[in-house]
Amino acid sequence: MSDDGPGDRDRPPMTAARYADGSVTYPPHPVGPDGSEPVAEVDLSAQEAEVVTWTTSHATPPGVREPNTLAIVEFDLDGSPVRALGQCTTDDVAVGDTVEPVYVPELRDPDAGIRERESQRWDGYRFRPVE
Amino acid sequence: MRDVAIVGASMTRFGVRDGWVMDLLAEAGGDCIADTGIGPDDIEHLYVSNMASGEFEGQTGVPNALAHDLGAIPAYTQRVDQTSSSGAAGIYAAWQSVASGASDLTLLVGGEKMTHRTTGQATDVIASLTHPAEYKHGVTLPSFAGLTARHYLDRYDAPREALGHVAVKNHRNGVDNPNAQFRKEITLETALSSPMVADPLRLYDFCPVTDGAAALAMVPAEHAHSYADTFARVTGIAGATDTHVVHERADPTHMGAVAESGREAFGMSGHDHADVDVVELHDMFTILELMQLEALGFEEPGEAWEAAMDGRTARDGELPVNTSGGLKSKGHPLGASGVAQVVEVYGQLLDEAGDRQVDADVGLTCNVGGFGNCVITTVMEASA
Repeated sequence: MSDDGPGDRDRPPMTAARYADGSVTYPPHPVGPDGSEPVAEVDLSAQEAEVVTWTTSHATPPGVREPNTLAIVEFDLDGSPVRALGQCTTDDVAVGDTVEPVYVPELRDPDAGIRERESQRWDGYRFRPVE
Repeated sequence: MRDVAIVGASMTRFGVRDGWVMDLLAEAGGDCIADTGIGPDDIEHLYVSNMASGEFEGQTGVPNALAHDLGAIPAYTQRVDQTSSSGAAGIYAAWQSVASGASDLTLLVGGEKMTHRTTGQATDVIASLTHPAEYKHGVTLPSFAGLTARHYLDRYDAPREALGHVAVKNHRNGVDNPNAQFRKEITLETALSSPMVADPLRLYDFCPVTDGAAALAMVPAEHAHSYADTFARVTGIAGATDTHVVHERADPTHMGAVAESGREAFGMSGHDHADVDVVELHDMFTILELMQLEALGFEEPGEAWEAAMDGRTARDGELPVNTSGGLKSKGHPLGASGVAQVVEVYGQLLDEAGDRQVDADVGLTCNVGGFGNCVITTVMEASA
């Protein structure tokens, strides 16, 4: 579970969905908030975001790092806000911090928890404060 | 639709229990049958509220097993799973069965066996309700609470102590509940200095892992006097859902499904907030008690923390909240909790709450699944 992910060529997108009404969600859903279908994908991986709130969890489930600092962050896509929740690269975060996504091949041990390894992806993006 | 009455209730002692889920369900179900003064073969429908007996102990098929254990064969049986709100979802199913005319006597039993698992394992079973995009980050229900509490305290400039007051109040109430898991008062200092669990929330901001079961018997209100001199009528009940992905909600401090279910339940009941004398809320985390008070309309947004600090929600306050001790002190055996909330209000309405008794003719319960993902609100009133 390293913070040092692969280079840009191998890094998958941090895919959000844009819907017919202009709204954007991360993660994507089959339908948007107003029931419309997605019309485009938006890659958030190169965008900066602002920390809305954060917590450090000291009682984590099997296969999850401890402590586990998490944040809800908000991206600004030309005036359209979209939020994401994910791990942070550091425990030193604060509300209002600017962060950037950092790819991680495996966010938790897929074999330690109750959910089946093959049922979902385990890679994703942590949030790193921008100096 | 027929009016529905609750004519019998029971709950096991909550806490660390030797028995497994079937033992707990049978104990509560048998006690409720005795409390109602019926025979098990009188039961027409039997609902079992349970979130995860398969995941916790490898026991599935609990409704059929319980019907056999209670001697209720050939009653129709059904399991109801709505995560932490399984209990109230069972109340909704039981209410529907009687209100629709499908059943003239319905038994609902909710229960869960959890304490044989480590806290981490139990947390993971519960966290399995989350979206894959949340689960892979190790997001748990307590971490949702930490994220939301920080946002609430910052947004409303509320003191951290307010959450401690919720814990102190509910522990105080639990002292007088013989079935509560924790029957010990705590001080504000203890709450505020306990180990950090999900910053800024500490150990005493969280409910424990619990074994237990609770049960209710429902009949058409027009038949209620055949079973009891005094009973409680379910005058309003409604459920609602919110987004599966928690961070997609526009306002993290607003519980939309609580508000929606509350509006519908109040509208159905013909009561408003001023009529309500006692409330049981889903205080799985202290912050949730404040957020439910606001979403249900008992307090304005951002002001429920003041009610916690000035004693308005204490047992001798304007609106007693969680006289049972709440999930915080009484415990939270997932499938049992929503049922046990109604067991408490039923006791209050019938003046059978012992040392916890308040003056109550109308009561409300709110049972929350996930972090506000699924919610059932129930309004009841005393009848004689």
